[in-house]
Amino acid sequence: MVDMTNVSKNTMNTADIIYKYMRPEHLPHIWCPGCGNGIILRAIAQAMENAKIDRNKTVLVSGIGCSSRAAGYIDCNSLHTTHGRAIAFATGIKMAHPELEVIVITGDGDSSAIGGNHLIHAARRNIGLTVVVMNNNIYGMTGGQYSPTTPHLEYGTTAPYGNIDQPFDIAELAMGAGATFAARGAVYHSALLAKTIEKGIRHKGFSIIDVASLCPTYYGRKNKKGSAVDMMRYQKDNTVMVEKAKTMTEEELNGKIVIGVLRDKEAPEYSEEYAKLVEKVKGGNK
Amino acid sequence: MAKTVLMQGNEACVEGAIAAGMRFYAGYPITPSTEIAEVSAVRLPKVGGKFIQMEDEIASIACAIGASVAGVKSMTATSGPGFSLKQENLGYACLAEVPLVVVDVQRSGPSTGLPTSPSQGDVMMAKWGTHGDHPIIAIAPSSVKECYTLAVRCFNLAEKYRTPVIFLMDEIIGHLREGIEIPENVEVINRPTVENPHPKRPAYAPTDNLIPAMAPFGEGQRYNITGLLHDESGFPTNDTKIAGDLVTRLMKKIENNYDDIVEVEETHMEDAEVAVFCFGGTARAASSAVETARKKGIKCGMFRPITIWPFADKELKEAMKNVKKIVVAEHNWGQLVNEVRRVVGNDKIIEFVGKIDGTVITPDEILAKIEKED
Repeated sequence: MVDMTNVSKNTMNTADIIYKYMRPEHLPHIWCPGCGNGIILRAIAQAMENAKIDRNKTVLVSGIGCSSRAAGYIDCNSLHTTHGRAIAFATGIKMAHPELEVIVITGDGDSSAIGGNHLIHAARRNIGLTVVVMNNNIYGMTGGQYSPTTPHLEYGTTAPYGNIDQPFDIAELAMGAGATFAARGAVYHSALLAKTIEKGIRHKGFSIIDVASLCPTYYGRKNKKGSAVDMMRYQKDNTVMVEKAKTMTEEELNGKIVIGVLRDKEAPEYSEEYAKLVEKVKGGNK
Repeated sequence: MAKTVLMQGNEACVEGAIAAGMRFYAGYPITPSTEIAEVSAVRLPKVGGKFIQMEDEIASIACAIGASVAGVKSMTATSGPGFSLKQENLGYACLAEVPLVVVDVQRSGPSTGLPTSPSQGDVMMAKWGTHGDHPIIAIAPSSVKECYTLAVRCFNLAEKYRTPVIFLMDEIIGHLREGIEIPENVEVINRPTVENPHPKRPAYAPTDNLIPAMAPFGEGQRYNITGLLHDESGFPTNDTKIAGDLVTRLMKKIENNYDDIVEVEETHMEDAEVAVFCFGGTARAASSAVETARKKGIKCGMFRPITIWPFADKELKEAMKNVKKIVVAEHNWGQLVNEVRRVVGNDKIIEFVGKIDGTVITPDEILAKIEKED
């Protein structure tokens, strides 16, 4: 069971979220019925509210894919970029104006296939971006091709005989690259997700929240996972809090989604380090 | 007093860029453009600017676009293979109307090619490398001094027209060292800005000159930028009328300002019967060949487009009116020569001098074509 005592009281009602944080003229969103991305979008808005960040000073950056449309729905500065490159664009924004809050919304293919290089290098630099991965285990926008997070032996339109690839664990990948904050969330636990993203926003340095989304339309259908409700129920039954997971055996953890903050540590943030460098050499001899 | 210094082309490019207001550079090492990154890394923090070495060429241009969106004049530099990689995001900057300078110090290709021998093989890529119809401005320097002065011009055009500008250098000029006078002051143009940025203002609000004012992110406008075709608010549209109008406006904002953008240099063209058409590094050999021909009594002139794109149709047509023969010299298999043919028509003799083996075109090779009995 997931302890909800401290998370539900910080939740705005949906109408307030929409009128305060969304661009209602651009709703409804384009996502399919049952898609988990809308829940993540709401959680991001809730996290912005909880972290009390100034929308004028907030930039949402996205790439290409189902996830990428999220940036435009939230009323702040939004940059919808090219496939895989959101983190690289975001790096330029953060470097140019470190006082801006820069949040990247990306997907599993966008962040770990075509954009994998940018992900690991941003993590390595510890630049102050918050990266939210809408991880639905499939390429949804193009119609259900297998992605780097499609589980081994599962199906996609380009894995008609089962996927022989081994999947990435995006949070582990980012930690391996040096991410100072890494967490995993699941759309079933939406209030906890908002709290987790809030922690990511408040963290100084690079933070990543890998969120288990739902794609009943392609991933679910191709892999006989049932309806959106069935997929939600699966998440409910198979998510384990990170603290609980520490007490479980590898066998018990097989097939489970471990959620919560996986790593949270302090380290010098990149744009601040560069500012120090500028102070040191500014006005020096030519 | 302006001071004279010995400088390399790549170095002059950075100094010109800084004089024009560049305060952000993102790049990836590649010969023969690497000195641009190295000099930027040294110089930018000293003037309060920022340098970052990104993980690849694609990230470099993306990062530079990001900084420009946040209101800081930005540049990235590369050479052939890297220029290929940057093409997708170059198109993004065209469509999103983000001021940016992209330097391509051309080297021999295709592919990894002949690093790092001279070439001018990226002329057509500069215009057509990114997919879809889009406008582009490309400028080619042929001296170290021009690396400085034209870098300033690249930034000014990028800012004035809210568009990426390609500084189409080549290995000859990038690695050339010459004494140049550093101007004490240069004219600096900044992007059209928004007086009172607020969220209700359409981000791409129409203007008479087709160039919308630009609010940097973070100043209160809270707008959307996308690589999808969009309406005036900056949000994606599937309306074909709006989509068509947008691409038309992008093309027209450059086409309508042809006279401001296109710059050429003409030498001895008043009485010329033979003319050499050349640009960038090749102009140096051409200039020598033209002077020799003149001494031999041949009425020979030189036409050098400084602006490569848009192509100098009007100036070329006018300059070649009384010319019988045009010798086109370029370091490739023949790229701009076809533009010359298109403009002057079939009643002129066109001689082509090209090189694709990494060696330089010599004055003698050009002179031989000038003197050739047709």
